[in-house]
Amino acid sequence: MTSSTIRPASDYPPGGDAFRHRDLTGIAQLTPWEISYVLDAAEEWVDMNRSGAAKHDDRLAGLTIINAFFENSTRTLLSFEIAGKRLGADVVNMHAAQSSVKKGETLIDTAMTLNAMRADAIVIRHASSGAVQLIADKVDCPVLNAGDGRHEHPTQALLDALTIRRRLGTVEGLTIAICGDVLHSRVARSNILALTLLGNEVRVVAPPTLTPPAMERMHVATFTDMDAGLKGADVVMMLRLQNERMDGAYLPSAREYHALYGLTPARLEQAKPDAIVMHPGPMNRGVEIDSSIADDPDRSTITQQVEMGVAVRMACLDILTRRKRGVPGWN
Amino acid sequence: MELRPLHITNAQLIDGDTPRAGSLLAVDGRIAAIDPIDIPEGAETVDARGQWLAPGIIDLGVFATDKPAFHFGGITRAALMPDNGPLDGAGLVERAAKGGKPDLWVHPLAAATKGLEGRELAEIGLMKQAGARAIATGRGRIADSGVMRRVLSYAASLGLVTIIHAEDEGLTAGAVATDGEMATRLGLASAPAIAEAMAIARDLALVEETGAPVHFRQVTTARGLDLIRAAKAKGLPVLCGITPAHLLLSDTAIGDFRTFARLSPPLRSEDDRQACLAAVADGTIDVLASGHDPRGPEDKRLPFAEALPGMAGAETLLALGLGLVRDGHISPGRLFDLLAATPACLLGVDAGTLAVGQEADLILVDEGTPWQVDAKKMAAWAGNTPFDGMPVQGRATMMWKGGLRIR
Repeated sequence: MTSSTIRPASDYPPGGDAFRHRDLTGIAQLTPWEISYVLDAAEEWVDMNRSGAAKHDDRLAGLTIINAFFENSTRTLLSFEIAGKRLGADVVNMHAAQSSVKKGETLIDTAMTLNAMRADAIVIRHASSGAVQLIADKVDCPVLNAGDGRHEHPTQALLDALTIRRRLGTVEGLTIAICGDVLHSRVARSNILALTLLGNEVRVVAPPTLTPPAMERMHVATFTDMDAGLKGADVVMMLRLQNERMDGAYLPSAREYHALYGLTPARLEQAKPDAIVMHPGPMNRGVEIDSSIADDPDRSTITQQVEMGVAVRMACLDILTRRKRGVPGWN
Repeated sequence: MELRPLHITNAQLIDGDTPRAGSLLAVDGRIAAIDPIDIPEGAETVDARGQWLAPGIIDLGVFATDKPAFHFGGITRAALMPDNGPLDGAGLVERAAKGGKPDLWVHPLAAATKGLEGRELAEIGLMKQAGARAIATGRGRIADSGVMRRVLSYAASLGLVTIIHAEDEGLTAGAVATDGEMATRLGLASAPAIAEAMAIARDLALVEETGAPVHFRQVTTARGLDLIRAAKAKGLPVLCGITPAHLLLSDTAIGDFRTFARLSPPLRSEDDRQACLAAVADGTIDVLASGHDPRGPEDKRLPFAEALPGMAGAETLLALGLGLVRDGHISPGRLFDLLAATPACLLGVDAGTLAVGQEADLILVDEGTPWQVDAKKMAAWAGNTPFDGMPVQGRATMMWKGGLRIR
């Protein structure tokens, strides 16, 4: 690679060249400047969302966005719904529990049905890795991945990057520890990709039973000792531990997990004094994170992540519908 | 209709390491002479125009009787895995054996246990009488070591080889890929490659104890092959096989969640793939088979983990095997040992070589003709090939079964 092909993250090309994808199925397809472009676009929406009463911009007026959620979700669905509505789009939510998916219709058939309804963007969450790409290949409109199996959850990684950038002033050259059930986590995979791509040192801190194989191939150092993994970290990113992991197959008990991997004030001492603590929610208080940390506004970024989530999703919906809307430079 | 004697002239015979110019005479459905001097009156003469004349391919371990695909691929005999049915009774075996008539031999592999459930011995003796040529554990292995030991010794007493799938079910539970960067990046549940070696190690210990002959249908890892190599050096009655997919593709082929590359056992690392190529070259691997398992969109156009494993391999088997010859891994003679002679020996059928007295199951092969694998235009009833779009060379141009032209 010659140096001319390495573009600083802050220097993105003009118009549609700044973001060349029809879909957002994963961080894996993005370049550093594309991530940076989305983050910069989201900043504007943060400002609007915070301003007074009229949080509205009608640039997506007349467009239909379908939120097709094949797996239960409260906060991500709500976040995408609010993002679409603040941009003036008609937002429709499809829950798998109410759909014909339960009646045996195949995913491809469902995708064709959604396509025939002429949506202008489809947001999809599915329990199976790769399912979102499968649908994206069959429909004619932009598709946003709101989480597919253990694979990716790109808007979560983008909102986390934005949160870090706003809190620490940069999201480059930091030491970031991702802690907990990395094996089953799409949030972890997307964050590992995004944060290494932006030039951070990423560590994975997890019990060996919840550490994915070949982590070193993703340029990540692995730790099984929480104190060692947190040493000198700028960011401590906790993951949610699903209850079914604690039944003996992966972990002996919730009690033991907390004793070895729970984020306590004493453990957090290992990180830098001004380190921030992140969590994608919903939290298991007293299991992976102590309430005193979760509720400490100087440390915890948890509510800020939710706020950034709306702004990042607004930016993504705006950017991905620009071609359809005929925005100059985006044909 | 009386079968006319068949005289194939001007051929390159595959009856040694390298093709040699020659001719062949078949009378009454069997090979009567190589390079014959006296040609019976009324014999039909076929000018091979310098093409290879080889024994028909004997595809060991297919999951469907898919005649158009077998005929395209030069396959005259297919050994059918017991999974569909399952083939665990004499009546089912008898019917399966007739499934290829009149222009394909089908050799059923009987289920080792009732319902392939790995608990009770199936009626192996009666199924042998009904035409079963070997027994098999199916897509999975027999988890219970006690049952496996009884299966092996019982089958051996009947002179049948036990065909084994080797993956430790505890390690592979829920997994759809091999541990590694690709599975991690795609977020797919994966299992360590040693799952294969662990299963092989157990069964080799049982072979050593019982003396029963076995064939590991697919051995795909370096460690598994090391165990086989050591067992052979000890003189144990062990054979093993592989499909072209595990020789030519590594787990990078599952990128973009390509379900046509979802196989069982799953595709392995590049290091393991190289070890497989070396094992074909050094003689550790005895059989090359297609693993033919056609699956339609209802099984394959799904998210990766929900799709079923398997590939349509019959049509590409010969061409990909010829690729191994062209790349210098094996000789033409050795290719047909892998494709025909060893499978015939394992099944106990008089075929698989160009030798006097054998059934005249023959193919003419144009080894150089180029073509492109196209999933949309396959003769198989489903086009789930992991080699879609790949340019290959070589195909069967004529086929005879028992001296009768079938293509």
